Amino acid sequence: MSFSKEEIAQRIAKEIKDGYYVNLGIGIPTLVANYIPKGINVVLQSENGLLGMGPFPFEGEEDADLINAGKQTITTLPGSSIFDSAMSFGMIRAQKVDLTILGAMEVSENGDIANWKIPGKMVKGMGGAMDLVASAKNIIVAMQHVNKAGESKLLPKCTLPLTGVNCIKKIVTELAVLDILPGGGFKLLERAPGVSVEFIRQSTLGRLVVEGEIPEMRVD
Amino acid sequence: MINKVVSGAEEAIKDISDGVTLMLGGFGLCGIPENCITALVDKKVKNLTCISNNAGVDDFGIGLMLKQRQVKKMISSYVGENAEFERQLLSGELEVDLIPQGTLATRCLAAGYGMPAIFTPAGVGTEVAQGKEVRNFDGKDYLLEYAFDADFAIVKAWKGDTAGNLIFRSTSRNFNPVMAMAGKITIAEVEELVEAGALDPDHIHTPGIYVHRIFQGKDYEKRIEQRTIRKAQ
Repeated sequence: MSFSKEEIAQRIAKEIKDGYYVNLGIGIPTLVANYIPKGINVVLQSENGLLGMGPFPFEGEEDADLINAGKQTITTLPGSSIFDSAMSFGMIRAQKVDLTILGAMEVSENGDIANWKIPGKMVKGMGGAMDLVASAKNIIVAMQHVNKAGESKLLPKCTLPLTGVNCIKKIVTELAVLDILPGGGFKLLERAPGVSVEFIRQSTLGRLVVEGEIPEMRVD
Repeated sequence: MINKVVSGAEEAIKDISDGVTLMLGGFGLCGIPENCITALVDKKVKNLTCISNNAGVDDFGIGLMLKQRQVKKMISSYVGENAEFERQLLSGELEVDLIPQGTLATRCLAAGYGMPAIFTPAGVGTEVAQGKEVRNFDGKDYLLEYAFDADFAIVKAWKGDTAGNLIFRSTSRNFNPVMAMAGKITIAEVEELVEAGALDPDHIHTPGIYVHRIFQGKDYEKRIEQRTIRKAQ
């Protein structure tokens, strides 16, 4: 049984450690905020200029001046701070943010990522993604293992325009948890419950490295 | 104290003419200079180069200027909320320079700090790096990016005083302070304009030296793009 989006988010939440400053991208990464383990103190950074992002407001308490990078109405938590866009990317560039979690269209076996443009089709722009991937010391990608056409998104080389090179460390998909090896290659760490290593191999176009028994992903 | 107050948006933008380069503050629709955008739409100036993180939505913000074909070139980081923009771009009617958000902010900062250029790792190895100088510092590659050169910067603040000092509210701060520093002429519209001396100097985000014209705006719509709420317990 492959993982749902919520379960991918839940599995990634286990990577978050006490005292971390974390930037969450749009999509599955946003869901990670719902699963941060109890007893762990984490500060969420929103790159439009906020540290200490809280949950959505209650109805009637929305504030047009208080949004996150996905333009959603949000709240602040005790201890939060507001700053301008230059400082926001200053703290990202200076590696003050411990962990960045973002989505991707493609990841290559040497850690390149493509997630901002489909030539001739989609021209939404990179937003803060290029700054984040170029500077973050730890990046986890949350994404589907294969696209809607059934093609692998874990490739020997990205086919879409790149967002960053040689920067991704870990990937969590509906099928597996994988590390990018320093010399290249997707190292299989965990598989979704009931999903075989062989199935993951068939779904991974890039070089898959399998060593020993591969445990099942757990989200509890 | 130098008095920077003008009567309103129309007077503030009176010398903005065809072909100039404008910076417009805001992130999405949050903290955008609504009054000045309306005045620019009414004035119908065209062939503008606009530097702004986003391009508004179809019927609000910079989207209103795009609809009238007032914009020749857009310099932004993310434009995904505007279908008319995407259409003009794919059809080649609009020139667009998409650049990383941190690069956009820091090129504003450099202009306001009197620095000609910055080095940033954002975009190294991607099509953003094409034609740009690369320098290696301590084993890591960085792109040379130039400070922006904008004729006007138009920003929105929460409070301002007659000396041009500005205070922003919540995340509507975003690009406004760095753009305010970067314009050759900076225009600030504020929700509440007070006399010089009424604001605590310790609380000022943008010193008045960067602001050339200021006025109290009116009828702010402050449209919300994504109204997200949680259920009451």
